[in-house]
Amino acid sequence: MTEVVTVERERAGAGDPVVDARDVTRRYGAGDTAVDALRGVSLGVDPGQLIAVMGPSGSGKSTLMHIMAGLDKPTSGEVTIAGTSIGTLSDTELTKLRRRHIGFVFQFFNLLPMLTAEENIELPLSLAGRKAEGAFFEDLLERVGLADRRTHRPAELSGGQQQRVAIARALVSRPTVVFADEPTGNLDSRTSGEILELMRDAVETYGQTTVMVTHDARAASIADRILFLADGLIVRDIGRSDASEILAAMNELSDR
Amino acid sequence: MIRVALKGLAGRKLRTLLTALAIVLGVAMVSGTYVLTDTIQKAFDAIFTESYRGTSAVVTGRTAFSAGEQNGEIGAVSFPETLLARVRTRPTVDAAIGGVADETQLLGRDGEVITSGGAPNLGFSVDPTQPRFNALTLTSGGWPRAGEVAIDEATADEQDYAVGDTIGVFAAGPVERMRISGIVRFGAVSSIGGATLAAFDLPTAQKLFGKEGQLDQIRIAAREDVSPAELVADVRKVLPPTAQVRTGSSQARTEAQGTSEFIGFLQKFLLAFGGIALFVGSFVIANTLSITIAQRTREFATIRTLGGSRRQILWSVVLEALVIGVLASLVGLFLGLALAKGLNAVFVHFGIDLPNTGLVFATRTIVVSLLVGIGVTVLASLRPALRATRVAPISAVREGATLPPGRLARLRPVGALLLAGGGLAALLFGLFRDGLGTELVLLAMGGGALLVFFGVALFAAKLVRPLAGTLGWPSSRFGGVAGRLARDNARRNPARTASTAAALMIGLALVTLVAVLGQGIRSTFTDSVEALFVADYALTAQNNFGSLPVAVGEAAAKSPGVEAAAGVRSGEARVAGKTEWITAVDPDIAQLIDVEWAEGSAAVPAQLGRDGVFLDEDYATKRRLSIGSPLKLLTPTGRRLQLKVEGVFDPPPGGSPFGAITMSSTLFDASYPQPKNQMTFLNTRGGVSEENTRALEAALKPFPNAKVQTRQDFIDAQAEALGQILNILYVLLALSVVVSLFGIVNTLVLTVFERTRELGMLRAVGMTRRQVRRMIRHESVVTALIGAALGIALGVLFGALLIARVDFIEFAFPVFSVVLFTLAAIAAGIVAAILPARRAARLNVLDALQYE
Repeated sequence: MTEVVTVERERAGAGDPVVDARDVTRRYGAGDTAVDALRGVSLGVDPGQLIAVMGPSGSGKSTLMHIMAGLDKPTSGEVTIAGTSIGTLSDTELTKLRRRHIGFVFQFFNLLPMLTAEENIELPLSLAGRKAEGAFFEDLLERVGLADRRTHRPAELSGGQQQRVAIARALVSRPTVVFADEPTGNLDSRTSGEILELMRDAVETYGQTTVMVTHDARAASIADRILFLADGLIVRDIGRSDASEILAAMNELSDR
Repeated sequence: MIRVALKGLAGRKLRTLLTALAIVLGVAMVSGTYVLTDTIQKAFDAIFTESYRGTSAVVTGRTAFSAGEQNGEIGAVSFPETLLARVRTRPTVDAAIGGVADETQLLGRDGEVITSGGAPNLGFSVDPTQPRFNALTLTSGGWPRAGEVAIDEATADEQDYAVGDTIGVFAAGPVERMRISGIVRFGAVSSIGGATLAAFDLPTAQKLFGKEGQLDQIRIAAREDVSPAELVADVRKVLPPTAQVRTGSSQARTEAQGTSEFIGFLQKFLLAFGGIALFVGSFVIANTLSITIAQRTREFATIRTLGGSRRQILWSVVLEALVIGVLASLVGLFLGLALAKGLNAVFVHFGIDLPNTGLVFATRTIVVSLLVGIGVTVLASLRPALRATRVAPISAVREGATLPPGRLARLRPVGALLLAGGGLAALLFGLFRDGLGTELVLLAMGGGALLVFFGVALFAAKLVRPLAGTLGWPSSRFGGVAGRLARDNARRNPARTASTAAALMIGLALVTLVAVLGQGIRSTFTDSVEALFVADYALTAQNNFGSLPVAVGEAAAKSPGVEAAAGVRSGEARVAGKTEWITAVDPDIAQLIDVEWAEGSAAVPAQLGRDGVFLDEDYATKRRLSIGSPLKLLTPTGRRLQLKVEGVFDPPPGGSPFGAITMSSTLFDASYPQPKNQMTFLNTRGGVSEENTRALEAALKPFPNAKVQTRQDFIDAQAEALGQILNILYVLLALSVVVSLFGIVNTLVLTVFERTRELGMLRAVGMTRRQVRRMIRHESVVTALIGAALGIALGVLFGALLIARVDFIEFAFPVFSVVLFTLAAIAAGIVAAILPARRAARLNVLDALQYE
């Protein structure tokens, strides 16, 4: 499995960031009511890393993720995904880029209610007109613990199980980077722990580059690198830390 | 992606079903129409083919000219019997017989004419010595000899007649009592679609029909080794110009042509209503898909983040529509079979009895029904599908994401007005531009109306707020808090309410149009008949439109107390290269029918003599004719008449009692064979009285097909005929109204689903289930009323425009009908709300609040 990931990394240029944001600003609205969600953020995501982006509500952390994932366009600045600058891409080119390089995990899972777990997981491949590789697919199902739930529909699964399906769906196309938006925001703490373990496991096993937006210190503690945003700027950038260190850093920021 | 679409449909069974129903009915109408008309066509083809099975060639009279554009067909003319002997001398002829045929009524045991709806009463001669020419088979008794009749089995059974009984037979003269010699069948069937059959020997038939020494037809069998074509060529050598010869199969085709044309018209007429239902259905489909797509915004956004392209989203929606279309069309196709039987029953009920011999299910029926149903569904899905492609991927991560407004949303009201304006322009062009072909007129009017509907439907979103405010006032005033919320809910998503109401609008616009036209015709006609018709009594055939032998009028004129009597005969003539509908009148007519004279005076009709005519002013103007102008006229039997214009009358609005050209009955009777009166008018001493009525009825005893009507009876009978036509149109348009009801049900079901959380909240703060139901019901009624208001307004507009074009109708507002339609719309709204209201009331408060 790791060979494949290596290949992907080489294509992105070994050691170069797989996602690169340069001087990104984002302004919503115009005139007096204009809001600057991002006021000049630069960030490179290195391959194989799990980055957590933290910050209070309105800090711009979600906006940053949306822009890095190509869901939203920056007002100024440049974003490069896997070596491609996305600023000038057409909708179709952007769609192709997402298919190949990006996976998503959402707070509310966003599974399609009429499809089974297995079909939901396969969806990104089906959309791209590809088939799952048998061995990898089985390994993935096993790893997320859904091997015996594959024909269940989302309504028949618990929240934790649904998010496992969502994670498997994000991983199935072996994307260059997975973006996770508050992946534990809608789960109880025990289930959250399992989901975080699973995400860390993906980084360890498949070398899956991941960007996670969260306001949960425990979630951030699985990251290799933790960014703190406030008022549209990166105010701190620390390495791997445990939950109490992260909480301390958060308090420090909010005290400022 | 295919799987997403298909599984999505399977997961939304109820709404898929409701959506499909919108198309099912339209397709059923299309397939039912084809099945019905094909079946009737086949039955008639079989009858005509059977009739000429053993006949190689047929000689018939030739009219001096063929039918004009407006007139369907000219009655056949007879020819001298002596021709038969000459035909028999031809070397190619093996055998030949002469025959006559005419309308012949049989009397029931109660002395009344036997009728079965509008089915014909056929009388004809048979020659049992030549069985190969005879399509009849005896089931009991023997063939008729002089003064005897053979009748069909169905009539005999129904009236309990048997061989040896005496039956009243009525054709050109007074009723004759005849012995029933035998009971017959036509081929293998006992009846031809309710027609009565009366068969006689040739001399009896000739005498009965007033065709002594005449024949209508010679049937010829060829010698062996002679082909029908050779036979025809040979026989033609001895024919005078007043006769023609055709092969047996060609004769069958010619005779079938009249019915084929009628069936073709019926087919187009019914298909038009299927088309309207489908058009309404397309609104329902587009609206339902728009709502479901709005509700699935997050789903589409998620697919987009996972790498789904716009094209894939587009195809998934179109594919859904395709599947709905296929299912609905298949169901509709077979429902059409059942509908064909139902429609037949409707026609029978309204007195149009048609022969029916097993349903015909042609390949064309299947192909057209499926194509149309699937095509309409897919077309209707395109706009919602395009909107779905505009869902941004970022909506997947946003709370409460909504479908973005289209790029052209701002321009929508302008575009809508342009569409409606363009449609109206096309409509006006089709209506008022002279010299357009019929097809172009229909195209401009149909297309124009279509565009107007589209435009108004699109613009209606702007009208929903004020309309719901006004029409919802009773709800908010008397419906309590539920009524107030209902009104606000109807205004909440104007575009949705508008397109739901638009579907109902179309049906109601057409129904109102019919009502406006009906009312206009009724009032104009009543006014003009009251002004025109100054006679005390009118004589018509029992069915109000058939013709009566001249003898009937003569008998009535001799009745005691009759002071003036005049018949109106009608026929065709060739004048200046065109076939015209002409009439002939008795001298007394001016005392009975009072028209305005543009040239000449009321004295003109009595002074026509043997070469005078009077003209309709429209015709006179068109042909630049006035008093003293000469006029050359050719009759169907080839007589050339040199005539002179004696007067010009001003045709009243509401229809003229006379044709373009009117001659004296004396001249007509001398120039036209077997003259018959369309109507006869009478004045009696003392006006309408029971005594006079009784005297007239006694005088007409020998003519059971004649009906004595007082002035008022006559006016009522004409209005009743119009009422029946209106009723048929209403029944057919009801189909599209039903389709639009499914649209309301659909929208409400989806709205309830969408507002689950809100309904839970309302229930949590104390709204009772009853109040929930009432709220939904009021919203439904408000929506229906918006559709009714728009539809009635459009219908009145269309009706006024049409009436402005045709100068013989005056506009009259159908107050009663409009009130009725409004009440019907309210009832429709209540019915449509039943299912959605029940679903809303059933919601569990807790579940509703937790719903995500």
